[in-house]
Amino acid sequence: MIWLTWRQFRIQAAVVSALVAAFGILFLVTGPHLVTLYRDSALAACRSNCGQDANNFLNSLSNIAPYHLVYLLGALLIVLLPAVIGLFWGAPLVARELESGTFRLAWNQSVTRERWLAAKLGILGLAAMAVAGLFSLFLGWWASPIDHADAIGASGGFQSRFFPLDFGTRGIVPIGYAAFAFALGVLVGLMIRRTIPAMGVTLAVIAAVQIAFPLVVRPHLITPVRDTTAVTASVIQGLGINGSGNQMSVFAAAPNLPGAWIYSNEVVTASGSTSLGSIPQACQPQQAQGFQACANALAQMNLKQVVVYQPADRYWTFQWLELGIFLTVAVLLAWGCFWWVRRRLS
Amino acid sequence: MTALHTSGLGKRYRRRWALSDCTLQIPEGRVAGLVGPNGAGKTTLLQLAVGLLAPTTGTITVLGGEPASGPDQLAKVGFVAQDTPVYAGLSVADHLRLGAHLNPGWDDSYAQRRIDRLRFDPAQRAGKLSGGQRAQLALTLAIAKRPRLLILDEPVASLDPLARREFLQDLMEAVADQEISVILSSHLVADLERVCDYLVVLAASRVQIAGDVDALLASHHRLIGARRDEASLPADQQVIHARHTDRQSTLIVHSRHPILDPAWTVEQLSLEDLVLAYMSQAADAPPGRRPVLEVQR
Repeated sequence: MIWLTWRQFRIQAAVVSALVAAFGILFLVTGPHLVTLYRDSALAACRSNCGQDANNFLNSLSNIAPYHLVYLLGALLIVLLPAVIGLFWGAPLVARELESGTFRLAWNQSVTRERWLAAKLGILGLAAMAVAGLFSLFLGWWASPIDHADAIGASGGFQSRFFPLDFGTRGIVPIGYAAFAFALGVLVGLMIRRTIPAMGVTLAVIAAVQIAFPLVVRPHLITPVRDTTAVTASVIQGLGINGSGNQMSVFAAAPNLPGAWIYSNEVVTASGSTSLGSIPQACQPQQAQGFQACANALAQMNLKQVVVYQPADRYWTFQWLELGIFLTVAVLLAWGCFWWVRRRLS
Repeated sequence: MTALHTSGLGKRYRRRWALSDCTLQIPEGRVAGLVGPNGAGKTTLLQLAVGLLAPTTGTITVLGGEPASGPDQLAKVGFVAQDTPVYAGLSVADHLRLGAHLNPGWDDSYAQRRIDRLRFDPAQRAGKLSGGQRAQLALTLAIAKRPRLLILDEPVASLDPLARREFLQDLMEAVADQEISVILSSHLVADLERVCDYLVVLAASRVQIAGDVDALLASHHRLIGARRDEASLPADQQVIHARHTDRQSTLIVHSRHPILDPAWTVEQLSLEDLVLAYMSQAADAPPGRRPVLEVQR
């Protein structure tokens, strides 16, 4: 079974291996220079209060266009990888056999169809997870100086690895996505029995999950921390008015939470509303007393700054949780494949 | 032991019964032909026998075991599916390697000899083979796994007459060498006549008759004589098919005993006549009527 699985899979394996190799070479070529830049920057030597050095380091990277580009390209590839695996490894795996009738040949050798499926799911599934793990490892290794700067509290140019768009491209979660996408593709192929429609459905489901999970599911995995602090004049950054002109709200400076995932940062009144109701005299446009006077007046209003966030040290908890969820779903989908092969196809 | 044993076997696809109330025993050591018009349920029956389909009602055992119930059962039965599917992207040699990897009883020297004799290029992709060559490759795979029973679903349907003859001849040589039982289906009696010693007629999703070919031929007769009502025949003579003109009746009857009535001219039936008589009986039969079923060894 191992021989047959490999023999039928070797072209897809070669294509993806070439992709991994190209990716690895790109990072191997640019990575050492990034490390040199980091070593030469003030950040590497900094021991305390390094926020400004970290900012300077990231800004200097942003100015070198290729680094930003390589980072984005790497992240984009990892985001697209589940779709590639689901479409080109998963969906055709059984659908093509059903479509061309060759399953009648394969299932009449002296190997039960359950073992046949187990070999295919096992070998390709592990390969998919290995590829995703390698990609993530490459990107993580390459971006480690950037992560370090982010962890200190820099914001220039690169998002923290906890940020929803970047979270799925780093650490161990890509392994879970790959396993999920592969198992999904196989099951959809089994159910639809035709390669091209199965690929379409697989793509749609993977895209929907990739969009919905960070928006709908991930924020609720762990109850976020809610910090409420009194607003002082120094944190007030501005005063805004909404489109219809009936709600005034205050903007406060972002809290210093390096590497955290911040859900919201709002200023509320004593009653808990984000709308001020009335604004102090000092802030009326016709009273040209300057911003500082306005900020001082606002600080007198007993306002509270409410920050809702996940602290940076929960990053790996989230990674393991999300990996666990996707691996569980992948196992359920694989179980569905066995059930379908045993029951529905006869 | 019986090669194939079914009892009350039926298979329904959504609302249509492809096979119903099929009770059948095909003994081992025979070359059994399964004949019937297109859509009669031949493929359904054979796919039930190899476990590609599961029965809706009834039971089926093949060589004493449940179809496709495990590696041992799979090893006992060789199957060549309709349209003889092969992997288009794999070479002829790859197919033999596939057979060797997936079958513990694989006879590699037989497979190699057969491929040599058929003048196959081992490096050729199976997708580039002609229909006849594909069928031969699929047959090679099925025989080289050393099964006790070989099931072939319309193996020659897509072949030209010459390739058809060669394929069947080749099949018969292999069967004689290895002492395997065979069940093969066709919608053409001529294909089966040459090779089968056991016959099952399947029409309108039911078994019309099953039995040893010689016994079937000996117990069916064509009677030609002056026009006469079918009901006036003796009770042991069963009319399968009747045609009347103004003056003359032509009957095909089943009887275990010789026809002694001097009013009839009695003729021998050919296998094709016999099969056609049962097929048209099935086509004319009002729904619900039980057709004749006979099993002879």
